[in-house]
Amino acid sequence: MTSSDAATATQAGISAEIAAIAHEYDGAGVVETATRLDYPPYRSSILRHPTKAAFQLDPEELELCSPVFGQRDIDPLEADLTIQHRGEPIGERMTVSGRVTDGDGRPVRHQLVEIWQANAGGRYVHQRDQHPAPLDPNFTGMGRCLTDGDGTYRFTTIKPGAYPWRNHHNAWRPAHLHFSLFGTEFTQRLVTQMYFPGDPLFALDPIFQAITDRDARDRLVATYDHDETRPEWSLGYRWDIVLSGSRRTPLEGDVE
Amino acid sequence: MTAPTPGQTVGPFFGFALPYDGDHQLVPPTRPDAIRLHGRVLDGAGDPVPDAILDLWQAAPDGTVPQVEGSLHRDGYTFTGWGRAATDRTGRYQFTTLRPGGAAPYFAIAVFARGLLDRLFTRAYLPGAAPAALRSLEAVADDRGFGFDIRLQGEDETVFLSFARD
Repeated sequence: MTSSDAATATQAGISAEIAAIAHEYDGAGVVETATRLDYPPYRSSILRHPTKAAFQLDPEELELCSPVFGQRDIDPLEADLTIQHRGEPIGERMTVSGRVTDGDGRPVRHQLVEIWQANAGGRYVHQRDQHPAPLDPNFTGMGRCLTDGDGTYRFTTIKPGAYPWRNHHNAWRPAHLHFSLFGTEFTQRLVTQMYFPGDPLFALDPIFQAITDRDARDRLVATYDHDETRPEWSLGYRWDIVLSGSRRTPLEGDVE
Repeated sequence: MTAPTPGQTVGPFFGFALPYDGDHQLVPPTRPDAIRLHGRVLDGAGDPVPDAILDLWQAAPDGTVPQVEGSLHRDGYTFTGWGRAATDRTGRYQFTTLRPGGAAPYFAIAVFARGLLDRLFTRAYLPGAAPAALRSLEAVADDRGFGFDIRLQGEDETVFLSFARD
């Protein structure tokens, strides 16, 4: 497939490709928990996925450690994306919080979480974003924090809008926050996207659907949590993140 | 074991968020023992990937694994072992760093790019330091450091690594 195919593909055509892969996955009866790297409906992946299986090996001590981030690295105010400019950004104010744990249930403590996103109109502060939606002079859309002693992170931001992209004709991405996460080991490094419940664009989006397993896709969808909603201020979402299991031999009493 | 949260592509618009001042300079380039690790990220057609970003993680020259903060606000003296470099318009990246020593004579690298649906891991070994099965992952020495290209696809596709437990 060439880029001109991508430009002329319709949503119906992309949706048919997505459906064919889903049908094949359902018929195979083998659960996949990871995102596929080779997923042609996402046209940009066609020349950017490895064709050979990853080489399995045991991590060395280096990869069983993670870089350390601390108070020198992060100002606590960086967790509030609504106070980075002189005025208030436009849009629906929200918080998102959750716990980062490893696959064995251990909290990932005092580790870096980075997020970035479009503004309420679906526009990124990026010179290559050509979407003719307005920039918001009071919103950059980038935040950082450290998880606390319980592995909990928390951001205050504005709910991002959906935005159009050029994968195919009339392609729109569901609203999402980009997340970058570190674990206790370099092997747990994760970059992913958080979505909002009930988005009508889910079925149409080849990036979301590159996770062929429904349960696995659902793990990227936040939950609306009224207990996290603050009166006359902001709507609350919860999203817990599970990194891969630790490769270190657990010490006695390590699992919580 | 609880099922892990799946990855998603870093997308095209990370440029205002993930890079930061000093990200790719783990040490100042004026330091006498500073070396350069550099190369290109290429796609399956051999074309440069101008919208990739790499994380670098490595041991210090004495082989110890740094466990100190300060990677996001470098003081010019503390070696934290971690850095980040986005590729430029020609698909090139570079890090200014120190030679890794000890039992891990390699640079651990995580690769992210638009079009790449999940991160990839690899290692760039110092010349002569790779085990036989990973010889293709040896960097090439040059006058100021090492060159290491990353090919996402194709005949010379880079060997990517999985540390999965099972």
